[in-house]
Amino acid sequence: MATGFRRGRGRQRRLDRLSRTHSLGIAAFVIAATALFGTVGADYLGYTGRALRQRAPWLIVLGVFLTLWEVATAKFAWLPLPFFPPPQAIIEVYTDDLPKLLDSVFASVKLQLGGYIIGATVGFLTGVSIGWSRAVGYWLHPVLRFIGPLPATAWLPIAFFTFPSSWSASTFLIALATGFPVTVLTWSGVASVSGAYYDVARTLGAKPSFLVLKVAIPAALPHVFVGLFMGLGASFALLVIAEMIGVKAGLGWYLQWAQGWAAYANMYAALIVMSLLCSGAITLLFAVRDRLLVWQKGTVKW
Amino acid sequence: MVAALAEVATHHAAGAALDIEQVSHAFDIDGAELPVLSDVSIAVEPGEFVALLGPSGCGKSTLLRLVAGLDKPKAGSLREDEIRIVRPHPSRVVVFQDPTLFPWRTVWDNVALGLEAQGILKSQRQRVDDALDLVGLSSFRNAYPQQLSGGMAQRVALARALVNDPKILVLDEPLGKLDSLTRITMQAELVSLWQRKGFTTLLVTHDAEEALVLANRVIVFSERPARVKADIRVDRPYPRHRGDPYLADLRRQILGLLGLDATW
Repeated sequence: MATGFRRGRGRQRRLDRLSRTHSLGIAAFVIAATALFGTVGADYLGYTGRALRQRAPWLIVLGVFLTLWEVATAKFAWLPLPFFPPPQAIIEVYTDDLPKLLDSVFASVKLQLGGYIIGATVGFLTGVSIGWSRAVGYWLHPVLRFIGPLPATAWLPIAFFTFPSSWSASTFLIALATGFPVTVLTWSGVASVSGAYYDVARTLGAKPSFLVLKVAIPAALPHVFVGLFMGLGASFALLVIAEMIGVKAGLGWYLQWAQGWAAYANMYAALIVMSLLCSGAITLLFAVRDRLLVWQKGTVKW
Repeated sequence: MVAALAEVATHHAAGAALDIEQVSHAFDIDGAELPVLSDVSIAVEPGEFVALLGPSGCGKSTLLRLVAGLDKPKAGSLREDEIRIVRPHPSRVVVFQDPTLFPWRTVWDNVALGLEAQGILKSQRQRVDDALDLVGLSSFRNAYPQQLSGGMAQRVALARALVNDPKILVLDEPLGKLDSLTRITMQAELVSLWQRKGFTTLLVTHDAEEALVLANRVIVFSERPARVKADIRVDRPYPRHRGDPYLADLRRQILGLLGLDATW
């Protein structure tokens, strides 16, 4: 695996490094031809055709960008190596360094998912209790105000020596970063539920548990999802920082490591993967939201 | 529809008597006491349709909240069939001025709310369908409230109340925000529902004509703090006509009580 990095370092390896040029050319040609014929013949391709035609301008821009990139790096070397590798070098990372990348993806997803689920659950429950119970609000509100606005990253040094492992420390910090916005928005969602809803439910015979579960929580759900969205962003930042500083696995660590070896192609490759993962997570969250909040009008299409 | 009505009728409980005895109530606003009801006594017979009429902000809606059991009076007592009202109960259901449907529930689920809250929905789903039939909205069962017009939303709110077979139906200006055509239609629907099911009805309104077209009895309130100023029987058969000289005469009398005789 380390050979993948080393291979890119010396100038004498340039030829080796550009070994995928031929296959890249063929692949680019095939994709371009498919897009071209697909767009021209869209009328015969039904839904796929329409989707393709709609995206045709973007496909052209992407094609031009990739061509410029290829020309500026591999062909004329206008951009200095090794900081700006050609496209084929990045493809090479995906083929040659795949196991390590996958390991990193797996480690990141595991850490992120654990911390996020814990943080979101605790934040949601805390938010509902603060919004619902005056006594809980009295005790938790000051704590929340004192600790919440502190960036979770500020806890990094303390967390890494108080927790038994860097993994548990990071999980805690990701949960903290997620939990604060989720708590505050759930709380404000529950607090802003119109009293008229409770009146209606009470006159129809609702008990307090019904008021919480079937009135307060569904009414607060749009706010909760704003909190979950904000928490997701905050937790991504924490994940990457934690992996760069303490955890010896994951995409953040991979980035750091690649930089140490000046393996810039690996860095770009990891960045692309990271971007896809983060975007995918938000897509997933929005899909869940759209499902649960079908009754809402005009939600943002991600 | 006919079958549905028969089904509803088997559940139906006739109206309850309502005794409001020397009720006074006040709000605490910044430490100061603002009296809203002053020594109000009204005895409502089972199955009566009573309209409460008074100037805006006089405390009529507060009285309804006390009847519903949502608030407790500072003095006096309220009784439903001789049982003191201390908390809300589905035998006294309120329809508010705003339909306040739950936007996250479909029309059907909104109507099912009361049965669900009482934990009897599973065995009595038919009642929800019947209530929707009753207000003519069966085809909108899967719609969300934001897809309904104002009149339809208020009809759903009515169905949500009626599904509980209330003994006392409490209406807080339910037609106040509707356009005049929808309003006239729904007034007729209200009367026919009341006649069919026999519940006691308490209607707050600030429209003298509406009170006279709908109610057996019109109670006129003073300015805040509200006192009973007049208790007028309306002995006319249904359906009533707005142009009826008898009603026009009563209307003039009521507007006079409300200090609006100059406009007549």
